[in-house]
Amino acid sequence: MEGPNTQPIRVMIAKVGLDGHDRGVKIVARCLRDAGMDVIYTGLHRTPEEVALAAVQEDVDILGISILSGAQMTVFPRVLELLRGQHGSDIAVVGGGVMPDEDVTELKRLGVSEILLQDTPPQAIVESMRRLVQERGPR
Amino acid sequence: MGRAIPPLALVQPVLEGRLSAVARMITHAESGEEACHEALAEIYRHTGKAHVVGITGVPGSGKSALVTRLCKALRAGERSVAVIAVDPSSPFSGGSILGDRIRMNELVTDPGVFIRSMATRGALGGLSRAALSGVDILDAAGYDVVLIETVGVGQDEIDVVQAVHTTLVVSAPGLGDDIQAIKAGVLEIADIHVVGKCDRSDAHRTVTDLKNMLAMGHRDGQGYGWQVPLIPTSSFSGEGIPELLTAIDGHLEALTTSGELEQRRRRIAQTRLLKSAENILRDQFQRHHDRQISELTDRMMAGRTHPHAAAQILLNQFRSERKP
Repeated sequence: MEGPNTQPIRVMIAKVGLDGHDRGVKIVARCLRDAGMDVIYTGLHRTPEEVALAAVQEDVDILGISILSGAQMTVFPRVLELLRGQHGSDIAVVGGGVMPDEDVTELKRLGVSEILLQDTPPQAIVESMRRLVQERGPR
Repeated sequence: MGRAIPPLALVQPVLEGRLSAVARMITHAESGEEACHEALAEIYRHTGKAHVVGITGVPGSGKSALVTRLCKALRAGERSVAVIAVDPSSPFSGGSILGDRIRMNELVTDPGVFIRSMATRGALGGLSRAALSGVDILDAAGYDVVLIETVGVGQDEIDVVQAVHTTLVVSAPGLGDDIQAIKAGVLEIADIHVVGKCDRSDAHRTVTDLKNMLAMGHRDGQGYGWQVPLIPTSSFSGEGIPELLTAIDGHLEALTTSGELEQRRRRIAQTRLLKSAENILRDQFQRHHDRQISELTDRMMAGRTHPHAAAQILLNQFRSERKP
């Protein structure tokens, strides 16, 4: 068992907007749990406002948003802006799903920490989360 | 990167109720790190204003949905409310899936509601180790009511009663023998009984069963003139929620006028003192007495030493090393 000083990584997994496909995020949530992380799942059809505020209240290390609806260029900039407005800019935002390569480049430029596309193996997802928290350092 | 904020610098923003500071302070408390104790001590001096209410019951009895309804009713009366929702950690990976929020999403954008999920991290009894520090932080941040939703409990997870002013025990129809199963433990700790899901046609049976059990008299008229009420509710239709809120307020009133509130505060303080002492001791043992623990375990495995005797030896060694 863990000692008092090993904090599990906290991850919030969210589905935003009219996208009802949640099989993928549930599998991701389960993988992260099995890797020893605390995973907060918001459920379907959330708004950017709900997700950003919830992430700040939960003080997560990572906010993962899965999008399979094509709304990424609307949702991610809005979430990043809301996080900044709530003193939540040290929360790493990670995107998952299916999207064009040029969107991936643009989203990373805007401040999304990582985009994990649909063919990312579970272990690679776990490693990405650990790397992002390690790179951020203590807070 | 790595511009860490020291916990002490968060105290003032916590007292002003800034969301991100409250959230970060709870993270520090969960870590149990040495650096947070001074800040938590400072925060503790500003506690004692909030009404702390525990909500417990078997898994699937509808605790999260009830909490959502209660929050809305409290907000309608312009009271601010914070929720600590505890879910279990995996005994294997230590990870968790915290899903209570799924039923509380509609509350999030209201600035008068704060919701925080916590994993049990191996703590037994239905709470997490940092739940009470979390309550302190939310109390000091100015929330009028703090609700603790325990993990779904079975028979004996009654720690919540040592941590709150008012305990709600939620039962639900259709869970069959669960009522039987818990009647010797969890049901006895209720200050208020709630039967959820009363939009279901079989709910009246659960209500009748519970009423019969209560009539046999567990803690009725618990010495401070409080009769444990039983309130049928439906989180689906909202039925019974106003009555429940009245009962919660009535209980606080009864606690206050009878002097029982002071008794309970004292009991909470004492439990926390002993729990903290236990944690400090366990921590010191693990840090400084690894070798002795291992040797004594060897002796027990060889069948030579009884656990109680081994513990005595360990404690004696611990004491003799600390004599001046």
